[in-house]
Amino acid sequence: MAACPVLAATPAAPRRALHLRDSVAGQQHRVNMAAVGISRLALRPARLGLLPRTRQAAAGHRVAFTRALCSSLGEEQPNFPGSRSTWTEKLDFVQPDLYDGIPVYRVMDRKGQIIDPASDPNLSEEKVVKMYQRMTLLNTMDRIMYESQRQGRISFYMTNYGEEGTHIGSAAALDDQDIVFGQYREAGVLMWRGFPLDRFMNQCYGNEADKGKGRQMPVHYGSIEHRFVTISSPLATQMPQAVGTAYAFKRAQNGLCVICYFGEGTSSEGDAHAAFNFSATLECPVIFFCRNNGYAISTPTSEQYRGDGVAARGPAYGIATIRVDGNDVFAVYNATKAARHITVTEHRPVLIEAMTYRIGHHSTSDDSSAYRSVDEVRLWDSTQHPIARLRAYMINQGYWDEAKEKEWKDDCKKQVMQSFARAERRQKPSWKLMFTDVYDNMPEHLKEQYQYMKAHVAEYEDHYPVKNFAKEQ
Amino acid sequence: MVGALLHFSALRRLVAPSASRPLLQAGLQHARQSSHFTYYPDTVPESYGETQRLNLFQSINTALDHALATDDTAVIFGEDVGFGGVFRCTIGLQDKFGKDRVFNTPLCEQGIAGFAIGSAVGGATTIAEMQFADYIFPAFDQIVNEAAKYRYRSGNLFNCGKLTIRAPCGAVGHGALYHSQSPEAYFSHTPGLKVVIPRGPIKAKGLLLACIRDDNPCIFLEPKVLYRSAVEMVPSQDYTLPLSSADVLVEGEDITLLAWGTQVHVLREVAELARQQLNVSCEVIDLVTILPWDQQTVFNSVKKTGRLIVAHEAPITSGFGAEIAAAVQNECFLHLEAPVERVCGFDTPFPHVYEPFYLPDKWRCLSAVKKLMSY
Repeated sequence: MAACPVLAATPAAPRRALHLRDSVAGQQHRVNMAAVGISRLALRPARLGLLPRTRQAAAGHRVAFTRALCSSLGEEQPNFPGSRSTWTEKLDFVQPDLYDGIPVYRVMDRKGQIIDPASDPNLSEEKVVKMYQRMTLLNTMDRIMYESQRQGRISFYMTNYGEEGTHIGSAAALDDQDIVFGQYREAGVLMWRGFPLDRFMNQCYGNEADKGKGRQMPVHYGSIEHRFVTISSPLATQMPQAVGTAYAFKRAQNGLCVICYFGEGTSSEGDAHAAFNFSATLECPVIFFCRNNGYAISTPTSEQYRGDGVAARGPAYGIATIRVDGNDVFAVYNATKAARHITVTEHRPVLIEAMTYRIGHHSTSDDSSAYRSVDEVRLWDSTQHPIARLRAYMINQGYWDEAKEKEWKDDCKKQVMQSFARAERRQKPSWKLMFTDVYDNMPEHLKEQYQYMKAHVAEYEDHYPVKNFAKEQ
Repeated sequence: MVGALLHFSALRRLVAPSASRPLLQAGLQHARQSSHFTYYPDTVPESYGETQRLNLFQSINTALDHALATDDTAVIFGEDVGFGGVFRCTIGLQDKFGKDRVFNTPLCEQGIAGFAIGSAVGGATTIAEMQFADYIFPAFDQIVNEAAKYRYRSGNLFNCGKLTIRAPCGAVGHGALYHSQSPEAYFSHTPGLKVVIPRGPIKAKGLLLACIRDDNPCIFLEPKVLYRSAVEMVPSQDYTLPLSSADVLVEGEDITLLAWGTQVHVLREVAELARQQLNVSCEVIDLVTILPWDQQTVFNSVKKTGRLIVAHEAPITSGFGAEIAAAVQNECFLHLEAPVERVCGFDTPFPHVYEPFYLPDKWRCLSAVKKLMSY
């Protein structure tokens, strides 16, 4: 019998295993966690002591498990370069439903009561009130802008109903200098950072005050000062970009991280896969924040994926992962704060999947009653809304009451309406801005095209909406 | 892409390091036999200072070396760039500048492009490599919808101007469908990008450094057949050459021959053949930059000669020759004495054993000169 020299030098360690449910057979199996790699306990393997993080420790772990095999067969543990695991002589597929889904982390219940005081972030009254006010201001803006689209005053809009908690809870846990890459339903992050109402409105109107110069569709916000990278329509493209920026931050040693928001539908794009994998292999300080709201336009999650949501993919990429109640602003806050600490200090990515529900239509171009019941929507709007839950918490704490609510609601409405009126009164930018910023400097052929259009508009002025546009600068 | 791995061993005959010299010689002999062009070296004025004898991959390597040495934020990444790259363009750079500046990525072109854009947005001078231009298409969305539009759509709040994407392109003798493509026309239809193709080591070094330092996303396509076969005396110093500026390489009176990349050398030989056999004086122009292209140099030449042949390896339909032909007929209509002729790859995928019949070689180009001169 061949000797096992590795074993001889290594102290025996107990094999670590967990009971996992095999729902198909209805039996309990003992499954090696390193081989499965998808347990909830793999979320923080090092901290929980389940999965050794160093090569040496991993080797010791495997050695213990393969002791019996080595002694009987004279073979060492597998040494394939592509995996870390043990031999088995049992033909056994790892089933996707082998374990219960990754649990949903929560801090307060639906009545705004803190469930475990140890999890209470103990935010100051001032901060909690600010969180509430930014959520409700966003909600007020959404209602007014949605209506304005219905009236044909802006071309398009997307509301944030039901997901305000994911925006504010995460944004409040970040450093304001951390860079944000978003999808399009994260206006609350800007709201938290103090992006002025006027700038939201200017962008939606594409008026001459819009820093985006009226080039993109409404809700495609961006701001240098608020460290919010301009939104674009193609889904998931921001994900590998966020990773690249995080890599640049790591090299710059600026102590900042990048947060990247996306929906569960977007997570099906190839760019999501690219981003997860690059972030892990290149060890980037990035927080992936998935808003899993149950729908991608009309497509329910059952047609989007068959695994345990998006969170379950994290460990497969080697990414620390957590799932949170997206309607619980404190749960989102706690998870984001901890994720930020991990990613900034350890230079590795973190994935947060915030479970929520898209209460509004996908956009103003969508009537969601065509594919889901009004009752279903009403249920989430009435019983699990992040704003209502935080309000209940604040009332419990004595931070808020009916009078303050009424006063604040009136104030919100006034602020939004005034800003709205200002934006609507402004002209569109000079149409010359159609030609600038394609490159850093305007190339010859574009200068010629601009001159051509200038002459053409001069000749056919009556046929173009010249009066709505600012004069050439 | 899986294809890159499958065909790696075949191409290694051309790109293998010196350790496998005997195999390399055999491979090169085969490649030379099937070579469809003769390389015409460039020379530079003495004012450029000290020079060294370099081939194309070596001159690119020196350009990258300058880029990293002069800019601490500069990073280079892609598939297999860490050990020096499958074409040796990044050799020695990881040892010299560290693994955080020259590194391998996972095998995923859309990831490389997206990561590269983000890196540039994050303030880093970013040099990404696509292993073959044939495999740039998974990154097409990131390049066309994102990189090209970043500055415009944000109102210049954000940009990825520090981004350069390098990719080996063009025929190599036996590269078949997925190691031979010339995708420049796809990108020429995308406002916001710059697309540049050098014809040899001197140009490659100066143009690559210009792309890296240009404040717009640039795609730098390197004719891979020139990596080893193009050798000339390259300035040792750090220098840049202007983008969007075509080179008149041979002055002539009767007909303008326009190309880029390897095809420039084909046309230079055609010019000599035309002089000897047809007594025709050809003006040969290297377009150098596909987008934004140097219209004025081309128009000036055609107004002088009255005839134009555009030749490129890529398929003819909607190739960049079509854009040039349309612009020239619009600008030079009264000067044209014959229709603009395009001598290009055929509208087929790029074939393996039929490559000698596919390429717009010197005989097809010479035939076109004959046709236009007797039009």
